[in-house]
Amino acid sequence: MPGAVWGRARHGWVVPALLPAINLALALLLSAVVVLLIGESPTRALRLLTSGAFGNGEAIGYTLYYATNFIFTGLAVAVAFHGGLFNIGAEGQAYIGGLPVALLCLGAGGWPTGLVIAAAVVAAAAGGAAWAFVPAWLQAKRGSHVVITTIMFNFIASAVMTHLLVNVLIKPGQQSPETREFAPSTWMPQLHDLARAIGWEIGRSPVNLSLILALAAGGLVWLYLWHTRWGYELRALGHNETAAIYGGIQPARTVIVAMTVSGALAGLMSLNEVMGVQHRLLLNFPGGAGYVGIAVALMGRNHPVGIVIAAVLFGALYQGGSELSFDMPKLTRDMVVVIQGLIILVCGALEHALRAPLDALFRQPARASAGS
Amino acid sequence: MSESILLLALLAAATARGAAPLVLAALGGLFAERSGIVDIGLEGKMLASAFAAAATAAVTGSAWAGLAAGIAAAVLVGLVHGFACITHHGNQVVSGMALNITISGLTVVLGYAWFHEGGQTPLLGPGARFAPIELPGVSALGAVPGLGLVYREVLSGHNLLVYIAAVAVPAVAWIVYRTRFGLRLRAVGESPGAVDTAGISVSAVRYGALAVSGVLCGLSGAYLSIAHNASFIRDMSAGKGYLALAALIFGQWRPVPTLGACLLFAFADVVQARLQGTPLPLVGVVPVQLIQAIPYVLTVLLLAGFVGRAVAPRAIGVPYLKER
Repeated sequence: MPGAVWGRARHGWVVPALLPAINLALALLLSAVVVLLIGESPTRALRLLTSGAFGNGEAIGYTLYYATNFIFTGLAVAVAFHGGLFNIGAEGQAYIGGLPVALLCLGAGGWPTGLVIAAAVVAAAAGGAAWAFVPAWLQAKRGSHVVITTIMFNFIASAVMTHLLVNVLIKPGQQSPETREFAPSTWMPQLHDLARAIGWEIGRSPVNLSLILALAAGGLVWLYLWHTRWGYELRALGHNETAAIYGGIQPARTVIVAMTVSGALAGLMSLNEVMGVQHRLLLNFPGGAGYVGIAVALMGRNHPVGIVIAAVLFGALYQGGSELSFDMPKLTRDMVVVIQGLIILVCGALEHALRAPLDALFRQPARASAGS
Repeated sequence: MSESILLLALLAAATARGAAPLVLAALGGLFAERSGIVDIGLEGKMLASAFAAAATAAVTGSAWAGLAAGIAAAVLVGLVHGFACITHHGNQVVSGMALNITISGLTVVLGYAWFHEGGQTPLLGPGARFAPIELPGVSALGAVPGLGLVYREVLSGHNLLVYIAAVAVPAVAWIVYRTRFGLRLRAVGESPGAVDTAGISVSAVRYGALAVSGVLCGLSGAYLSIAHNASFIRDMSAGKGYLALAALIFGQWRPVPTLGACLLFAFADVVQARLQGTPLPLVGVVPVQLIQAIPYVLTVLLLAGFVGRAVAPRAIGVPYLKER
């Protein structure tokens, strides 16, 4: 029975590849119901969204700028997920990560740009890592659940940053709580400027060097998870804690390392927003990217390649969504938030609901051939 | 002297008003979490209810219809959570986050499309809201020094849902500790296998708990939009669901201590609103943002075992898989 052999051979990769596609289709279908409910055409909305996100060079640039944030936060959530930890605190870690970056950029006016970038990478990672370290330490040593503590730390981060921006870092004589603009020498270079330097014209957009850093971070995460002892220990712990401990893995240390790496990745997101685009520290600059990271990690199945693809998809949703709201004013950008939530629901919470039948579908022919 | 007593009375009344939505949501979370289901979705359920209540009250002009719609919306969200976590053994935290995010977007999208007021619902008239209730005999008793003042300023003059919140605490304590459902609820959260062996459906008890949680969150959300305020505003729950969750943990998953935590958190909020820019003796002006962070810091300290010890229901967060 040739079909049976085919079925068995396909099973290895077909489910991991097909499942996210089916999940996405299902989430979009549910969103289409919402679009219908408010009296717009879902197909026209999808067409506008796609052309808004990929229609020209500028649009693609904006899509990639949003995607940069989501690659960082998606990687952050995914690293924690591999150890069976749910880091809801990427939002707060990114927010706190922006603080040392801003202080550095405010103080490093005369430094060469390359040095500022190198120092800012360290600063952003250190800020985010520090904010994740406390919940990690509390989980590892005191047994407090990382989910609840990271939620609490998001609120604490928000309070601390509001206090600092309103009372301490605010530009004197100004109403809105934000710092003064950084000196241009401390700005993250824009990709269209870099491209022009090598004689390549691309449209103006906020996408900057952070995108390259994000992709590099993805490569490093891949190395960490699958090619270092720490990554092995983390995945072992996530699969089966008892077995991992029996195998001599120290859960406390592994948890702390993983959450600190996770926080550092979230913190790096601030490079794109603070240093690359806004050029100053302002209230609530992560704007929910930490939560998008959850959807991105789930959809990308916690693998860097999947995360980059999912992040571009979400970048397209954010960019296409803002374009969409010009043409269809009833569909505000909040529609993107709805889609994001539905994707988390379908990919994450309802994962087993779809996986089991799909597994069965591709396993059955193989089993039949084994029996015959 | 009498002025400072009056100020204290006003602070107490404001604390009661601030605590009411927290108490209702936290008690809802108590049912869910005691049954072994993590209820991060309190925030989403409150928001869904606040929107449904305000939208229905605006269309029908009836506060009661609004309340019913709010409860129905929150129960529906709870059942979706149950479908993912109980029926399909999904991750409870992921499901809760998904629902919170979906609802924070959906309420604005629907509000914008239906009412064309930038995501808000229309302002409600007097009949479409739960107005403050004057307790009987306030005018007569209010003149009595001391207790009369407490009766007039602290106990009287709240809306119906504040009184429901007050009654809900002993009622929930009675249900959880003194009824058959309560016994099963606690047992399912500690040892679902044993409950299953006794021939009781774990899923049914957990679905029931989520439905009750939905009703209480529905009351809490309705309080926000059709009692305390007069319309739905985007993201109007503003973290109160998470604060209620913190109060539930701070109250160690027990009704009366949870009430205490809610009152404490609400009091911190009232104080920070009062203290804006007022210098305190010894410490000077305390930034209000830092006072706002107190409930969260306290919860973290408690979870870490630095102030007391929070012991969660044993089976919390673990999907129950019957052996096949």
